Amino acid sequence: MKIIVCVKQVPDTSEVRIDPKTNTLIREGVPSIINPDDMNAIEAALAMKDANPGSEVTLVCMGPPQADVALREGLAMGCDKAILITDRVFGGSDTWATSNIIASALVEMEYDVIFCGRQAIDGDTAQVGPQIAECLDLPQVSYVADIKQNGDTLTVQRNLEDGYQIIEVKMPCLLTCIKELNEPRYPSMGGIMDAYQQEVEHWTNEKLQIDASLIGLKSSPTKVNRTFTPPAKEPGILVPDADVEEIAKVYKDLKSKHYL
Amino acid sequence: MDYKLTQEQEMVRKVMRKFALEKVEPIAAEIDEQEIFPEENVKLLSEMGVMGMIYPKEYGGSGTDSISYAIAIEELSKVCGTTGCIVASHNSLACGPIYFFGTKEQKDKYLPDLVTGRKLGGFGLTEPNAGTDSAAQETTAVLVDDEYYLLNGSKMFITNGGVAETYVIFAMTDKSQGNRGISAFIVEKGWEGFSQGPHEKKMGIRGSSTCELIFENVKVPKENLLGREGQGFKIAMSTLDSGRIGIAAQALGIAQGALDKAIEYSKTRVQFGRPISTKQGLQWMMADMHVRTEAARQLVYRAAYAKDHQKRFTEEAAMAKLYASETAMWVTTKAVQIHGGYGFTRDYPVERMMRDAKITEIYEGTSEVQRMVLAVRS
Ligand SMILES: Cc1cc2nc3c(=O)[nH]c(=O)nc-3n(C[C@H](O)[C@H](O)[C@H](O)COP(=O)(O)OP(=O)(O)OC[C@H]3O[C@@H](n4cnc5c(N)ncnc54)[C@H](O)[C@@H]3O)c2cc1C
Repeated sequence: MKIIVCVKQVPDTSEVRIDPKTNTLIREGVPSIINPDDMNAIEAALAMKDANPGSEVTLVCMGPPQADVALREGLAMGCDKAILITDRVFGGSDTWATSNIIASALVEMEYDVIFCGRQAIDGDTAQVGPQIAECLDLPQVSYVADIKQNGDTLTVQRNLEDGYQIIEVKMPCLLTCIKELNEPRYPSMGGIMDAYQQEVEHWTNEKLQIDASLIGLKSSPTKVNRTFTPPAKEPGILVPDADVEEIAKVYKDLKSKHYL
Repeated sequence: MDYKLTQEQEMVRKVMRKFALEKVEPIAAEIDEQEIFPEENVKLLSEMGVMGMIYPKEYGGSGTDSISYAIAIEELSKVCGTTGCIVASHNSLACGPIYFFGTKEQKDKYLPDLVTGRKLGGFGLTEPNAGTDSAAQETTAVLVDDEYYLLNGSKMFITNGGVAETYVIFAMTDKSQGNRGISAFIVEKGWEGFSQGPHEKKMGIRGSSTCELIFENVKVPKENLLGREGQGFKIAMSTLDSGRIGIAAQALGIAQGALDKAIEYSKTRVQFGRPISTKQGLQWMMADMHVRTEAARQLVYRAAYAKDHQKRFTEEAAMAKLYASETAMWVTTKAVQIHGGYGFTRDYPVERMMRDAKITEIYEGTSEVQRMVLAVRS
């Protein structure tokens, strides 16, 4: 099988600084990691490769040249190839432009499955994966928490906030992964040594030839109005001994919050 | 001298640090308290290729350099001295002599299982009456019918003793030759007459397994003689040169771990209305801890570098082990001091770190031995 994983390098912090002028991220001085959900995507790809010997896993990353280290880490985990989509003209791309660029690279490649992470911790949009699928006209399943393969059909569990769906999807397809899917393996020491012997291909716009109206800061329709950290969900209240008195209290409480 | 780590070494640090924080630190206090061998983590470390990381890929190793190896042990030991010890002794003491002195047949037979961590290994030199004076071996091996050696005696304090399946055991084959009458053998667990004593109850690295090994008329096939007859002492000393880099890295990690905890604690503990980190008396203490830890690091990496680039590194390894282990003891003692009464309790990791640090001044040659090694060479 040909398996592709889209990964992003992100700053290793939940406190992302934003340039007030351009409203884009300031990356300098913050240690970088592979986006956490993308680690689950890599693990899903490697697990599929383990189950289908002879498969090939290719990492695709759009980012500045420094993103090289993220790809090396993915290679050290066991991926076979790595492509860095990098060009100054791609700078400042929003999710729409980014999806255009990554999809333009993917049409050049063979694939049975494309794995993405659900969302990147520096933007939390969860848009790029689904948009790539749309650009490529591929079936997609987001929030994937379980995958079972049967020939060219995948049965996946799609987790939602208040439940889950079981969906059958035919390959080729695109899946976006969440952390419940698996526990990413650690890169191996031998893998690290090999990763730096391998070539990371750099694909620029000279190769991809994407129209200027589809890429970069100027062509990005998204305008960031305001960014904020969503408040953490409060834990629920457990009522273990549900006698009449307790139920009355719960009723009163729900009523006071206008739920009833 | 180039002071920059390579990209590979940087990534080894990043990966090992993540592993240490996610998998090792959470159980470090428990395996210490309950004296549990961290089997699950050793399995993960095997999958990551850490258990035989410095050996070539043809045997299933990872083919890393020695600085990467030191970094891996340092990062593990920052949070758990036990785990550092297990990795160091398996890599250096068990795989080392077979890799460097084994025949092709011996390597093909034993190394693939050892360097991948499928089987653990041990190294038996110390005896009840042969500690620092390790040449005073009382264990004997007598060649019978030119077929097998009959092994008799016992070995003291053998790391991984309870869990290892393959051992390198030293014994006297010709007492009249003194040092040159010692030979080394590969001995397998389960051979008739080979048994082990109870686990030692230890002050530190309590999750590691340390046992006495007992040999009563154990038949060791002649082909399991490692190196030549009489070469054993040389094999032991050369193995310990490498081993000392691992122990020095373990000590370095313990020191760095304790320093980190001390700094963190000093910023949160308020006395006299302000965090104790604002007190100059403690700032100077922590500055000294930092300097010594960094100096230890330079000696450890230098020894590892020497191992990768030159034939002999006895002196570099002895210096690194001596300085790093005494630094670990000094820094952990100060870290407990900075924690005050809380540092004396098991609620804080510096208490364990101080106990773990002590062994680094003792095994693979006490600090006195390192000074003896250095004195005769200078
Ligand atoms: C947890 C643990 C794990 C170990 N693992 C292993 C292992 O895997 N394999 C193995 O073979 N051994 C192992 N050892 C043994 C260890 O290497 C020895 O304990 C150590 O070499 C010291 O020997 P000894 O305990 O007999 O002390 P002794 O030799 O009796 O020393 C007692 C004291 O005298 C000092 N001393 C001795 N001779 C001199 C001298 N000439 N000049 C100045 N001072 C001197 C020593 O430095 C020490 O301070 C382990 C020990 C421990 C505690």
